[in-house]
Amino acid sequence: MHMEKYLILNTLSYPVLSVIMLVPLVGALISLLIKDELRLKVFGLLVTLVTFVLSLPLYTCFDLHTAKYQFAELRPWFSLLKLNYVVGVDGISVLLALLTTFIMPFCILCSWRYIAKRLGEFIFVVLIMETAMIGVFISLNTVLFYIFWEAMLIPMFLLIAVWGGARKDYASVKFFLYTLCGSVFLLVAIVALYIKTGTFFIPALMDQEYSFAYQMWIFLACALAFAIKVPMYPFHTWLPAAHVEAPTAGSVILASILLKMGGYGFLRFCLPMAPAATLYCMPYLIALSLISIIFGGYLALGQTDIKKLIAYSSVGHMGFVTLGIFLLNDQGLKGAILQMINHGITTGGLFIMVGMIYERTHSREIADNSALGMMIPIYVTFLGIFCLSSLAFPGTNSFVGEFLVLLGAFKKSTLVGFLAIPGAILAAAYMLRLLQRMVWHNSDGHGHHHDEAEEGNHGHALTDLNFREISMVVVLTFFVFWIGLYPTPLLKIMDASVVHLLQQLSAGGATVPVDPHAGHHALLELGSWFKQIMIF
Amino acid sequence: MQVMLILPELVLIVMVLVLFAASLKKIQGTALTSMTLVGAFLALVATVLSFCATGTLFVGAYQVDGLSQLIKFLLCGGLFLVFFMCRGLSGIEEEMQNEFYLFLTLSALGLVMMSSAVELLTILVCLEISSYALYVVISFRRGEGRRSEVEAGIKYVLFGAVATGISLFGLSYIFGLTHTTYLNEISIQLPKMMDQPMAVIGMVLMLCSFFYKLAMFPMHAWTPDIYQGASNETTTFIATLPKIGAVALLIRLVSMTGTGITEFTWVLVVIAVLSMTFGNLAALVQDDIKRLLAYSSIAHAGYMMVGLLCGNQLGMAAVIYYIAGYVLMNLACFMVIYYIAPRGENITFAGLKGLYRRSPVLAFTLAVGAFGMAGIPPTVGFTGKFVIFTAALEKGFYGLVVIAMVNASVSAFYYLKMARAVYCQGEEGEVQALQLGFGAKVFGAFLILAIIIVGIMPQGLMNLADQAVAALL
Repeated sequence: MHMEKYLILNTLSYPVLSVIMLVPLVGALISLLIKDELRLKVFGLLVTLVTFVLSLPLYTCFDLHTAKYQFAELRPWFSLLKLNYVVGVDGISVLLALLTTFIMPFCILCSWRYIAKRLGEFIFVVLIMETAMIGVFISLNTVLFYIFWEAMLIPMFLLIAVWGGARKDYASVKFFLYTLCGSVFLLVAIVALYIKTGTFFIPALMDQEYSFAYQMWIFLACALAFAIKVPMYPFHTWLPAAHVEAPTAGSVILASILLKMGGYGFLRFCLPMAPAATLYCMPYLIALSLISIIFGGYLALGQTDIKKLIAYSSVGHMGFVTLGIFLLNDQGLKGAILQMINHGITTGGLFIMVGMIYERTHSREIADNSALGMMIPIYVTFLGIFCLSSLAFPGTNSFVGEFLVLLGAFKKSTLVGFLAIPGAILAAAYMLRLLQRMVWHNSDGHGHHHDEAEEGNHGHALTDLNFREISMVVVLTFFVFWIGLYPTPLLKIMDASVVHLLQQLSAGGATVPVDPHAGHHALLELGSWFKQIMIF
Repeated sequence: MQVMLILPELVLIVMVLVLFAASLKKIQGTALTSMTLVGAFLALVATVLSFCATGTLFVGAYQVDGLSQLIKFLLCGGLFLVFFMCRGLSGIEEEMQNEFYLFLTLSALGLVMMSSAVELLTILVCLEISSYALYVVISFRRGEGRRSEVEAGIKYVLFGAVATGISLFGLSYIFGLTHTTYLNEISIQLPKMMDQPMAVIGMVLMLCSFFYKLAMFPMHAWTPDIYQGASNETTTFIATLPKIGAVALLIRLVSMTGTGITEFTWVLVVIAVLSMTFGNLAALVQDDIKRLLAYSSIAHAGYMMVGLLCGNQLGMAAVIYYIAGYVLMNLACFMVIYYIAPRGENITFAGLKGLYRRSPVLAFTLAVGAFGMAGIPPTVGFTGKFVIFTAALEKGFYGLVVIAMVNASVSAFYYLKMARAVYCQGEEGEVQALQLGFGAKVFGAFLILAIIIVGIMPQGLMNLADQAVAALL
């Protein structure tokens, strides 16, 4: 079969990708039988940990020297449409799949006390969510990809709508409809590609040559879905609402994994399948990324709600990711992928920290949570680490990612580089402001009850982190510094795939029209297609 | 073995006769219920036994082929499920329960016969058998005020009569053009004539009866009132079985016009767009769940029309797959309505609030049904839409598919509203737990599994559907 030239079939003793996808699903079904609350939590934690352990061979047995899809499995599924069940990972998706299995135990742990009602359903929903998210990253078939992509909506919707905050109705419906509408055109693009080429197999779709106008169609249809998921300015408005209202575990899943799917989608669909269109649209997407960076940073600067601040900082950080992707050079792409991992760890950590303080003070306002440094020193230490990591302090993980992206930006054009730098400065500004208020903050009398002594601050004394909480943040902190000081293993894993992606781009980019106005002609052609549709 | 050809029909006729005798004796209660369930089950077994039968009967007017046998299987399976679900008959007057079963079986018999009819007058007679039986049943509803159900009954009769009249008028055009009423002879002549206004008008008018059964746009106006006015049991039947029958006939009639894109195809495109857009927009503002499902059925008829108008094998097969899935999802929704309304009243969104606390099984069934209808994977609703849209894009209907997709996401809003009412509202306060019997739980679990498994593994049903339509084209 011609499909096998793209794949290295799984040689491990068990079908690793299917197993890590199905273990949470089976676990979810079993969890329905458990009634006791503590057992439920322990069971959920065990399932996610087992999944993580089972996914470790993806890292240890990964072949660094090939851009082919490894650990692949291929089974017939729906022959009428020549659909196969085919999964596999390359250097890009393996990192994101590992990130997913790594983050999920934290989602259970950070909900240990936070989720006060309907715990059984919570564990069920989180585990289903894990299956869907892993599925997205390992699918090598567009239909399989789309099924997981959409199936994720329901559990995420429920996470916000059932366990969310005060405005959960608004936030959950907005999230659901926004992302659903975004993926409408993705499905049309998937089917259109099938009709053109007769296959749903992603690597084979990358190898085809399409006309420029066709590429534009495919690019725009896919890019809309992914830009909403990332979210890129101006499609970001669902994110703050969803983040603020979601429970801690929901925010962590959203920030650490869901947003990465947008970036992953760009890398998997837009760039390799529509290289000429990518080159043509590159300036616009770089511009949107820069706007995201600065806009997100500015909005974060003005927030009084901690969670909202981190949500807007996510818009800025993900702007760096899309910027890196659309620089279309080696440093940019590597920086972007690394930044996706970093953002998953750092922002996940920050949301966990917010959840911890919310459990203690029942407020997410900065003003209500100020001057904590004396009271809960362990907490603020780790908060400081994650904040520094978020603003890309040297030695932490984000520094490496952001540095690579900026390097790529300066390589592309000095202007882009200079425009991106204010984003980094803004990140320092809002993160340090947050840190300063929460840790020290002079009780200078305005607004609140700080005139009284410290002990009266929150009505009762706050307890510092317990063992469960410390073990969570310690593990995350370890990765913050590990990637910050020694990112080489991760960069090595993605190297072959990034090089391959750049080859695809330069091969496909040769077909980009030389005539500077050709792009406009293509756009005009798009316009006339639109007219035809309207006329029918 | 000629008898194998009409085995399901014979079983249903015997069942009708037995029920008639039972109605004279006024047999009621468990005896009646078990009798109808056994009868419907035997009919289902009969369809399985005669599944591979082929042949023609009655001077070529009655054809037993792959399509008819698959549709008969779906019809009898649906009949069994409807009877099993509604076996309590909580919404039907006691003295009418015999007649309720009798007329529904008769209607199913008409539909079963219709799926084999390949001659225009035979089709019409079968259609009338199935409709007349339903006209009577609509007004069998328990309740103090009899106004709404009688109104619903009369509306159904009037709309049905008008639809039949229009169909007959169209039929006369087709007969005038082709000088025959046999579908196989018409299908030889008709494709060449499909650009003539007379053929287009004749075909569109002739299809009106089936649009009426399927609740397609120009003939949709009865749907909300009848859904609302008829008892929950009757509505469950109307929302499922007649639609299967209508789809079978639409496949036969549309495939008669050939596979090319003609003026007729464009008329169907307009009907499809209007049907789904109107249905979805109207459903957005409904409060009564049955009314909402009525409007959503208009929208679903539009999606099915997208597959039909493609005229290719994939599209037609996808429509059969879709209607089978739609029946399952509809049953899931109506099951919930039926079980949370112990006295057979209508349910509004307020009645759904906090259902997850009253009965987790019902809540999950409704969620799976609603998300399935919204087309969210991994359900049969998604796979059906996916295959239909693939078929339409193969024919180049890009604009149509985009409109359909936008519609699907609009519809997600009101399906989501149902899921929200069930899971996210009504968390506080005392609620009365719903006691479900073992049968109801098994039924709910069956529907959930069927909707998901048929959605993930469409291979079996799609292959059957594909073989069924292969002979037509």
